[in-house]
Amino acid sequence: MRFGYTDEQEQFRDIVARFLRERSPTSEVRKHMASDAGYDRALWRQLVTELGLTGVHVPESLGGQGFGYVELGIALEEMGRALLCAPYFASSVLATEVLRTVATETEQAMLLPALVSGEKLGTLAWVERGGQWDVAATTLTAHGQGEACRLDGHKKFVLDGHHADLLLVVARTRGSVGDAGLGVYAVDAEAVGITRRQLATIDSTRRQAEITFSDTPARRLGGTESAAVKLRQSLDRATIALACEMVGGARALLDSAVGYAKLRMQFGRPIGSFQAIKHKCAEMLLEVELASSAARYAAAAIDDNDSEVPALASLAKAMAGDAYMHAAIECIQIHGGIGFTWDEDTHLWFKRAKSSQVMLGDASHHRERYMALTEASA
Amino acid sequence: MITHDEAEVRAELRDWLRAHWDVNRSLVAWRNLLVDSGWGMPHWPRAWHGRSLPMALLPAVEEEFEAAQAVGVARIGIRLLAAATLLEHGSNAHKARFLRRILTGEDTWCQLFSEPGSGSDLAGATTRAHSDSDGWVINGQKLWTTSAHHADWGLLLARTDWDAPKHSGMSYFIIDMTQPGVEVQPLKQMNGHASFNQVFFTDAKVPAENLVGKTGDGWKIAMTTLAHERRNADALRRWGHASPYAGAIYDQERAEIATVMEPYKWYPQRAGRVDLIMSRARETGRLADPALRQDIARLMMLSRSAEWLAHRARQAKVAGKPEGPEGSLGKLVASHVARAASHVHTLISGADAMLAGADGPHDGLIAEILLSVPATSIAGGTDEIQRNIIGERVLDLPREPRMDTGPFRDVPRNPTRGR
Repeated sequence: MRFGYTDEQEQFRDIVARFLRERSPTSEVRKHMASDAGYDRALWRQLVTELGLTGVHVPESLGGQGFGYVELGIALEEMGRALLCAPYFASSVLATEVLRTVATETEQAMLLPALVSGEKLGTLAWVERGGQWDVAATTLTAHGQGEACRLDGHKKFVLDGHHADLLLVVARTRGSVGDAGLGVYAVDAEAVGITRRQLATIDSTRRQAEITFSDTPARRLGGTESAAVKLRQSLDRATIALACEMVGGARALLDSAVGYAKLRMQFGRPIGSFQAIKHKCAEMLLEVELASSAARYAAAAIDDNDSEVPALASLAKAMAGDAYMHAAIECIQIHGGIGFTWDEDTHLWFKRAKSSQVMLGDASHHRERYMALTEASA
Repeated sequence: MITHDEAEVRAELRDWLRAHWDVNRSLVAWRNLLVDSGWGMPHWPRAWHGRSLPMALLPAVEEEFEAAQAVGVARIGIRLLAAATLLEHGSNAHKARFLRRILTGEDTWCQLFSEPGSGSDLAGATTRAHSDSDGWVINGQKLWTTSAHHADWGLLLARTDWDAPKHSGMSYFIIDMTQPGVEVQPLKQMNGHASFNQVFFTDAKVPAENLVGKTGDGWKIAMTTLAHERRNADALRRWGHASPYAGAIYDQERAEIATVMEPYKWYPQRAGRVDLIMSRARETGRLADPALRQDIARLMMLSRSAEWLAHRARQAKVAGKPEGPEGSLGKLVASHVARAASHVHTLISGADAMLAGADGPHDGLIAEILLSVPATSIAGGTDEIQRNIIGERVLDLPREPRMDTGPFRDVPRNPTRGR
């Protein structure tokens, strides 16, 4: 189903949307983005127990619901639309994805159920100070074998890294370069030698941290072979998931802009009756629907094990990035001065759009990657 | 309700074709037989050359025709819009007189709606029809008339009442294109093709019986024609291919299709030919240019997403779901793709983008792309009109205030000939 949703999928969307509308209106988002924890623990528990969203695409044998990436995409789209303030992307997408791809079955059985039950929060620490969105740029080093590994180095831009319980850290064996020697290491956030600092970010609905590891005990996951290929695979999937979330956010901005254009009177008529505004809205809708088509197609391609997933991930991220940012800018423009105020909600999505635009690689990065992949497959 | 079993329909048609299809007949003789059988237009009513079959069975019927290598009725081009309109709004006399000759291919038709003064605002037409003792007399000018130069008949929208509001002052006529007072001039476009004509009417006669519907019904009936035109855009692509077989009857069909399709031959270039981008970039060595790579990727991503958007619209339709926004966006996104493609083609070609004909890249094909793309943002409703439609019908934004609701006589409009 790359071009449509089944009735069951539509029902699933309705359930998630209704839940978020009721439980996570912007008044709640504003409350929790200003709190220390950065999210609502009670809401997180409900998300797990009532909707099982933390394991949408996780097999039932590991405590999940056993659906596919299309369903994960639907859930994320609605979370993006509601601007849910929760560690979902870090724990249920990034960490879960890397565990599912890199870890052995035994390791998954050991680590994943706690994330699916929401009992623990996980995250992936892979980017470093240079902010390069490629695992090959990793400099953090690991030494030692199996469960007796030690990590030394530094990670930045770690989503929800300040309060995650399980850190999945990308490291390389000493002296290795490029893709060789890369591995994923499970680290208990309370382990010795860890220094965590929450970063000041423009989007306080999604926290990021800087983490330093100094002779920190860790456990290498998934054997001794380089994890580069599997890591990229899991990051491609996370990128598509992020694109879905971004499409939802862009839709919220479009709806807000259109709603305001219908109400706001100037020169004796609603501003939405002026072509200058009407045409902006029509172009926003077009961009949102194009990005939505791309994200949906890419999510379904994961479920189909399509070999084009890496290229589709870049395509979806670039389309979603441009559409989201453009919608954010136009939504403020249509709201006029009021759109630039703290009291109006638009800036909340604007900030998410800005951080999402950069996170996991910006549109230029993904366009170049798409070209490289297209050339390689030709 | 009668249910139709696909296997039975196929079997019946197969028997009929076995008994009647004869490659040695003339095209018109064969089609007359086909029209009598109802198999040429099986979804039409039994009373009018059809078999009242559901549309859903048409693909099966087409497959049987293909399997038998049999030629079908003449169903490409504007003649089919005329047929559909007359079937819905024409009198029995119209149907009896015109439908058969449309299906046999003996008559071709053109659609005389647009004017120099009314493009996007089609209802602003000022070509006038005034009644005299025998019927109607037409004066005015039409424009963008595809195939007028070989049409026998025209579907004409003309103003019959200048004191009524614009939409209710128009009437719909069938006009003989070969009579005195009708002058057809091909209109050469900036890309060198002449797909359209301008048509001038100077006291051209229309007998009373050639009025379709009642006076004042013109706009409503024109909407039927336009609805079929939009639907047929797909059919044009599907049916615009001649049978590849050898034989006189196929030669005649090929000649017919070549004539009808001639105005559309540059249309692929109008869409920007995204399919050539990668190979062209390799050819010219520009694939290594990092800035151009960004533009190429942007175009490819837009083009692919646009295809998926169109698939979504089609899938929703097949699943019987209400039309979402996807359907309305197709026209606008096609124009974005074409413009982006033209931009990228220019960058890839560099200085060669200035050259045409044998001097130009790909024997002038690239020049043709660059000179054809602007048509996409205009033809079939400009981008601006599309954005208005999307804004008002999909996003439900308030409508533009109107200045043209009073008597048409008082509406400010463009100066035109024949007033």
